[in-house]
Amino acid sequence: MSPVLAGVLQLLALIVALGLSYRPLGDHMAKVYSSEKHLRPEKWIYQAIGANPSVEMRWPAYLRGVLAFSAVSVLFLYLLQRVQGSLPGSLGFVSIDPDQAFNTAASFVANTNWQSYYGEQAMGHVVQTGGLAVQNFVSAAVGIAVAVALVRGFARSRTGELGNFWADLVRGTVRILLPISVIGALVLVACGAIQNFSGIHEVGQFTGGSQQWNGGAVASQEVIKELGTNGGGYFNANSSHPFENPNGLSNLFEIYLILVIPFALTRTFGRMVGSLRQGYAILGTMAAIWVGFTALMMWTEFAHNGPAFDLAGGAMEGKETRFGIGGSSLFAVATTLTSTGAVNSFHSSYTGFGGGITMLGMQLGEIAPGGVGSGLYGMLIMAIIAVFIAGLMVGRTPEYLGKKIGTREIKFAALYILITPALVLCFTAASFVLDTPQHSMTNSGAHGFSEILYAYTSGANNNGSAFAGLNADTQWFNTTIGIAMLLGRFLPMVFVLALAGSLAEQTPVPETAGTLRTEKPLFTGLLVGTILIITGLTYFPALALGPLAEGLAA
Amino acid sequence: MNNSVGNTGRVLWAGLRALLVLTVICGVLYPLAVTGIAQVAFPGKANGSEIKDGSGKVVGSELVGQTYLAGDKPDRKWFQPRPSNGLGANSVNTRYKLILSGATNRSGDNEDLIAWVKDAKAAVVKDNSVKGYTVEPSDVPADAVTSSGSGLDPHISPEYAKIQIHRVAERNHLTVAQVDKLVADHTDDRILGFIGEPRVNVLRLNLALRALTERQ
Repeated sequence: MSPVLAGVLQLLALIVALGLSYRPLGDHMAKVYSSEKHLRPEKWIYQAIGANPSVEMRWPAYLRGVLAFSAVSVLFLYLLQRVQGSLPGSLGFVSIDPDQAFNTAASFVANTNWQSYYGEQAMGHVVQTGGLAVQNFVSAAVGIAVAVALVRGFARSRTGELGNFWADLVRGTVRILLPISVIGALVLVACGAIQNFSGIHEVGQFTGGSQQWNGGAVASQEVIKELGTNGGGYFNANSSHPFENPNGLSNLFEIYLILVIPFALTRTFGRMVGSLRQGYAILGTMAAIWVGFTALMMWTEFAHNGPAFDLAGGAMEGKETRFGIGGSSLFAVATTLTSTGAVNSFHSSYTGFGGGITMLGMQLGEIAPGGVGSGLYGMLIMAIIAVFIAGLMVGRTPEYLGKKIGTREIKFAALYILITPALVLCFTAASFVLDTPQHSMTNSGAHGFSEILYAYTSGANNNGSAFAGLNADTQWFNTTIGIAMLLGRFLPMVFVLALAGSLAEQTPVPETAGTLRTEKPLFTGLLVGTILIITGLTYFPALALGPLAEGLAA
Repeated sequence: MNNSVGNTGRVLWAGLRALLVLTVICGVLYPLAVTGIAQVAFPGKANGSEIKDGSGKVVGSELVGQTYLAGDKPDRKWFQPRPSNGLGANSVNTRYKLILSGATNRSGDNEDLIAWVKDAKAAVVKDNSVKGYTVEPSDVPADAVTSSGSGLDPHISPEYAKIQIHRVAERNHLTVAQVDKLVADHTDDRILGFIGEPRVNVLRLNLALRALTERQ
């Protein structure tokens, strides 16, 4: 079998697996967020929190919950790293410096998991397992909660109430993320991922001498890293490390974990707004972009244009033998079209166009299918923009799901889509105006520019992957990327919740012959077009200076 | 004003309590439970898939690549792994000599990478060409001259193993057919026929090679 055919078959296997879990998982999640019942362990948790989970919140209260929980999380994670040197179970690793600790805390709370540290030589068991891995769960649960609040905004009328943040946070963690993680972690261990609490130990070698490894709760962190679209690796090499991703099967399973919740959430959305077909239209948009990007990535990586790859006879730099080009391309597209940022191969050593595809995937806003929760709300914002554009074309007040998209709504949507490009382009430009940030680049020319553009694209979009030649452990990058991650995560959430509140207060407008049918393939086509045009117009000049220049020269 | 400060304080306090409870669940109970089950059900794998040689000595992990050197040069007696130019030295906690995984992150037009590939290719051709068998540059597969993502790739492609067979046979005083069979026995196909790529585990292959030479 040719590697290309094997790659295509792996893509088809993924589609089948995702298709099989779509209905049960999507329906389960709809039930989780609609049910009135609280499980007994959940009641204990609410007691400990001191919150009444049955109280409905309007959007400002819901937002306060999101922000308070996240702020406390940043502070807690920051302090945990700062005192690591004095904690037991830290393998003797020292405390993390303030700028790096801030960057890492912001990164994990913002569901970004950008890492300016080397996992295996900086973070001990306590910080990894009790700090970083916990944020992998809860930052994902916060993302789903906000998406669900927006869906309720569409589904409810004349109320303004969006649900209870504490209930959504706890239910997402306990009823969705934890059960899948327990099973998934054991699957990964069965493939060969490690799961222990041993310290640093010497292991003999074939020709004598020894290697020094550290153990760790790797599988349990790996699974939620993918499932929660987080992406922060236990080891520096992330999911290319054999202890995180031991073989072709674990690789495919990890890609499945990345995609399963974001895709299934479109079913949850369809269920909750009372029209599964509306969910299918969104699913169709996400799937079309995902499959298209994967095809393009496989094409450019198998074609391997670039002086060094031509010489080598293949683009295997930064890729593992057990995954090959096919398994690596699949992973790279899945991780950048979601907010994951885990890597099983190093994007900086992809072909010029391949690197560009990873960047463009993030710049779309990570909505195909996007991060857990953030993918759905990002896509719904784009749907609002699309109906707005369609409304302009026919001169009619735009509506979506029976709600009028008026001045207030379109302002929130517009602000949402302006935040990340502003952060990415301003910080990238600033880095090139200043003298020192450029000293961090490993590569020069177009690729050097791409390293910095990629860093802010990844940070502001909460991805976390990198053109890792960039030495990002400097005060400038730690601080500015940290800020980009926090603003890129929480400002959009403010607008999403404000929008949700405004939608929930409306009285639905009845459907007429003139209503744009948003559940039809025509709308899916319009939505794909809107996404590509808006992103294209925003980022084309920057992409032309980086990956396009590199790709065309190759 | 006071009311809003009090409100903010209350929400923050609730947030802190929520974080602590969820830390206990997701950061303590969950990893301990998974570790417990994994250590009982898959003790070998959960602890790093260590491999022992015939005498029972641990010689590494099935999953982690190693170097097979004589001095600082490749020991031509053994099958050689891929280059690992991205593997880093521990610079943060120098009290350990931990393996620091990583990639080179060089782009396709990077001068260093072009030079590394060129040098590696020349070395592979030279090292593996023996009397009666010449390796052509076009025979050298991409994995033989590029570094992996982790720098710890335990595998090579069957093509790279193939061009090493004559050299290994000569150095170990074995016939080409014997080594050929050894490689064939240690070549893993794609899982279920389509998942992953065909590959040869270098450590397992070298262990079998050592066993074979010791028997002879």
